[in-house]
Amino acid sequence: MPPFLFWIFALLMLVFGAAVVINRNPIASALNLVVSFLGLAALFMSLDAFFVGIIQVLIYAGAIMVLFLFIIMLLDLRAEKLRKINWLASAGGIAVALVLLTQILYVIGNLKAAQQTFPPLARSTIDDVRNVGLVLFGNYNLPFQIIGILVLVATIGIVLLSRRELR
Amino acid sequence: MVTLGDYLIVSGILFAIGFAGVMLRRNLIIIFMSLELMLNAANLSLVAFSRFHVQPNGLPNYNAQVFVFFIITVAAAEVAVGLAIIVALFRARQTTNVEDITSLKF
Repeated sequence: MPPFLFWIFALLMLVFGAAVVINRNPIASALNLVVSFLGLAALFMSLDAFFVGIIQVLIYAGAIMVLFLFIIMLLDLRAEKLRKINWLASAGGIAVALVLLTQILYVIGNLKAAQQTFPPLARSTIDDVRNVGLVLFGNYNLPFQIIGILVLVATIGIVLLSRRELR
Repeated sequence: MVTLGDYLIVSGILFAIGFAGVMLRRNLIIIFMSLELMLNAANLSLVAFSRFHVQPNGLPNYNAQVFVFFIITVAAAEVAVGLAIIVALFRARQTTNVEDITSLKF
């Protein structure tokens, strides 16, 4: 992938990611998050991780964000707009986030490997899904089954939480 | 050329944006979306390292991509349970603002 495409998609992802935090309307935040995830999926594909890029679009931008939008529209969160901003707490939050960002950038700046470009692959086209599947069902078979149990438990938990007579 | 550091810096900035969202916003649903941003920042650096550590047979290191797959699955389960909890909370309290939900505070 040419460098300018990387910067375009990275900028797209970061700008819309920041818009998620800045926007006061929850629906606008959720839609910004979808665009941010699409930019992230493009970055995954620029790293030759096509399978991860596709499930990013299908699961995150498709399933999870639809769930978010569904809940936001169900709850009807218009009253939130009227609240006034606590500027002191906001400044404190931004300061803590900036300190964290400085630390991350300092660590990356001292990392020797961060200066290197990516080594070339053996072939330009790789059958990504097959390779991921081989590792997933070979080395990581037990964790995969545990994840299945986790999803089952989550499903049962949601059914229990959604019952009317919950106290 | 794009280096590994560029991807890591973009991932770090995205993580900081998500962290700022958790610190700044008082709406539970927006806090939840910011958590998703942070999870995705971690995913981006994992995939970048996966592509960086090319194995002797010329393929990327797929362990990291399997890890990303697990993270996405756990995030999906987490979002489903979390939103169910938020709906149950909204049913009981008619709010999703964290400043109104302080029953556990001293």
